[in-house]
Amino acid sequence: MGCTTVKLSEIRKILDARVVVGEDKLDLEIKTAFSADLMSDVLAFARAGCLLITGLSNPQAVRTAYALDIAAICVCRGKTLSAKFIEIARELKIPILVTDYIMFETSGRLFREGMTGCIREVAIEEKSRAQ
Amino acid sequence: MYLEGVFQLRGRDFVDAGLVSSRIKNSLKNKGVPEDTIRKIAVIAFETEINIISYAKEGTISFYLLPDRVVIEAEDSGEGIENIEMALQEGFSTADDSIREMGFGAGMGLPNIRKFSDDFEIVSEPGRGTYLKSSVMLNGNYRAKDDQDDNA
Repeated sequence: MGCTTVKLSEIRKILDARVVVGEDKLDLEIKTAFSADLMSDVLAFARAGCLLITGLSNPQAVRTAYALDIAAICVCRGKTLSAKFIEIARELKIPILVTDYIMFETSGRLFREGMTGCIREVAIEEKSRAQ
Repeated sequence: MYLEGVFQLRGRDFVDAGLVSSRIKNSLKNKGVPEDTIRKIAVIAFETEINIISYAKEGTISFYLLPDRVVIEAEDSGEGIENIEMALQEGFSTADDSIREMGFGAGMGLPNIRKFSDDFEIVSEPGRGTYLKSSVMLNGNYRAKDDQDDNA
């Protein structure tokens, strides 16, 4: 199945999201996403260039995104972001959107528009390497 | 070994968790290290940092850039690890709520570090502390920036 490239400006519309950081990066094109609240899972399985969908609203989400060259973060469930979160995202130049949708709805809406997961399932070899 | 940086960490100092990983990443970027190697090192450094902050009294993370590899070395004084075999299994964790609030503490830290390492070594003494060394190979894709400049 081919995947569609979606601009950050379109993602904002699809998710009725607010842009907290990165108004100047709305032309950014993103193909894939990864949804998780557990940052260790993001570090283990997410890929560079994807959109991170998370309900985690503390600065470690931004640091995790930076470690992996994740393109942008969408914080779901309408979480309030701390000043520190926003400050670090600005410093590391990572666009931040906030949507009131829950994680399932957020992911589903983007999937319906043609975005896909940055991996589809956890590969057997990845599992065995981690054991 | 070519020491590039040493960072001191204090246990339970959660505010800047992840900062060391970001700094190591920036430094390796400036040296022109390939991006996939940097990402692996950034993950290893991040999980190591979280482990020290979560479980140790204090600790250090050092990183080295060698001609064929990048090395992360961490040493801490703290509670140590009772059973390393168990700690290396996905899902095994002794984390408390403050660690989980950061999005960690689900028993993925050491498995992740081992997964992204080409070479991995850990020694721990319960009640004393833990030593960890992790290497990621450069696979011949890297020449030091100085060399590149010389040839420019």
